[in-house]
Amino acid sequence: MKTINTTTICDTVKEMCIHANHYLSEDMNSALNKAVDTEKSELGRKILNQLKENLDIADKEKIPICQDTGMAVFFVEIGQDLHIEGGLLTDAINEGVRKGYTEGYLRKSVVSDPIERINTKDNTPAIIHYDIVAGDNLKITLAPKGFGSENMSRIFMLKPADGIEGVKSAILTAVKDAGPNACPPMVVGVGIGGTFEKSALMAKQALTREFSARPTIPWVKELEDEMLEKINKLGIGPGGLGGTTTALAVNINTYATHIAGLPVAINICCHVNRHITRTL
Amino acid sequence: MEQKITTPITSEVSSKLHSGDYCYITGEIYVARDAAHKRMNEALERGEELPIPIENCTIYYMGPSPAREGRPIGSAGPTTASRMDKYAPRLLDLGMKAMIGKGKRTPEVIDAIIRNKGVYFAAVGGAGALLSKCIKSSEVICYDDLGAEAIRKLYVEDFPAIVVVDFEGNNLYETAIKEFSDL
Repeated sequence: MKTINTTTICDTVKEMCIHANHYLSEDMNSALNKAVDTEKSELGRKILNQLKENLDIADKEKIPICQDTGMAVFFVEIGQDLHIEGGLLTDAINEGVRKGYTEGYLRKSVVSDPIERINTKDNTPAIIHYDIVAGDNLKITLAPKGFGSENMSRIFMLKPADGIEGVKSAILTAVKDAGPNACPPMVVGVGIGGTFEKSALMAKQALTREFSARPTIPWVKELEDEMLEKINKLGIGPGGLGGTTTALAVNINTYATHIAGLPVAINICCHVNRHITRTL
Repeated sequence: MEQKITTPITSEVSSKLHSGDYCYITGEIYVARDAAHKRMNEALERGEELPIPIENCTIYYMGPSPAREGRPIGSAGPTTASRMDKYAPRLLDLGMKAMIGKGKRTPEVIDAIIRNKGVYFAAVGGAGALLSKCIKSSEVICYDDLGAEAIRKLYVEDFPAIVVVDFEGNNLYETAIKEFSDL
C-alpha cells in the first residue's frame, strides 16, 4: 500500500499556493494572446496588452498577478488504496496554505467569522472538497479565488419547463449583471443539474478545466460555444470599458437532477483564473 | 484623450476630465477599502475628525499584497468600488474629489460626483503587478491593525486610470457597452 506523509502534502500545497498566484496556466495565456488579435476596441486592446504585461511582471519580479490572492479552494481526489500518515490531511493542507501565504508574500484575505470579521492573518482556513477515487494517488487541485468575481456569481433554481433557453438566459443575466465588477475578460464556470449545492460545486470545478478539454456531451459542447459567442456580443469588453472580449471561455459541467428541478449555477472568474494540479 | 494630471485633484482639474479620458496620475493619493471606510464612517458618526485630509483627496480602493524586501508595496490593483458606495457620497460632500477603483457605482454616488464636481476613475482590475510599478512609496497612516485594509498614503507616478464617471455624470460603463453591444 502506498503511503504519503502529511509533511510532503504540506510542502506541496505551500509551493502550489505560491506558484498559482504568480503564473497562469498555458491555456489562459494563449486565450489572452488570441483575444489581443481579435478585440475590436482600441482601448480594449490596450487593456488586454496591459494584462499580458502584468503577467510578465508577475513572472519576472515575483509580484502576485493580482493583489487579491484569493481564498484557497481545493479539490482533492484521494485514491481509496492510499494511506496517509503523520496527522490529518485537512490540517496538512491548511498548514501548507498558512506557509504559502505567509512565506510567499501573498495577501491574507480571510476573516474567521462572516459578521465579526477578524482577519485570521494566514489566509486559513481553506475551502476543501474531497472525493474518493480508485487507485492510490493523491491529486490536489488548488484554485485561489478572488472575490471581485466570486461576488458576482449566481444560482438559479429553474423549472424543467424553462429548458435550455432558460439556462442560456440565466448565464447571460449573470454575466450582464457582473459587468465591469468581475474584472472582464472573464472565465464563466457553469454547473447545470444536480441539487442546489451540487450545481455550485460543478460551476466552481468547471473553472479549473483546461480550455482544450471539451465536454463529451454534444449539447453541452454546443452550449459552451454558443454562450461564449453571445457573451462576447454583450459589449462589456476588457475592464468593462467596451469591447468584444467579455469572456475567454465558458466551461459547463452537468449532472443528473430531480424530476422537478433544473438548477443552474454560474461561478464567474476574472481573467486571473488561477488553478494548479499536483499528483502525489 | 490622454491627460497627465497631478494631485491634488481640485474642481479645476476634475472639470477638465471627461468620461473615457485615459489619465496618468502623479502625486499623493490615499488608499482605503471596506473596513477602513466603515471605521471612518463610525468616526464621523461620533463627531470625530477623519484620519486623512479629505479636502481634494483622491482615494484608491485597494488592499495590497505584502511588499518584498526593498520594494514599497506588493501587488496593488483596484478592488470593486461598489462596496464603498454606502460611504462615498458623505466623503464627497466633505471634500473628497476623486476615487479610483473598478466596477459600477450607484446613482447616489454619481449624484454626489456631479454635486461636488468629482471624478471616478477605473484602474485595470487584475493588473496588480503592473500597477505596483507606478507606486513609488507607501506608508501606513492609520488603522494598522486592519493589515491589508489599513489606510495608506502612496506616491504614484504616471499611474494609469480611465475616467469612467466625470463631473457631469457621464458614465463610460454605459456608453462604451452600447457602442460594442451586438445582441
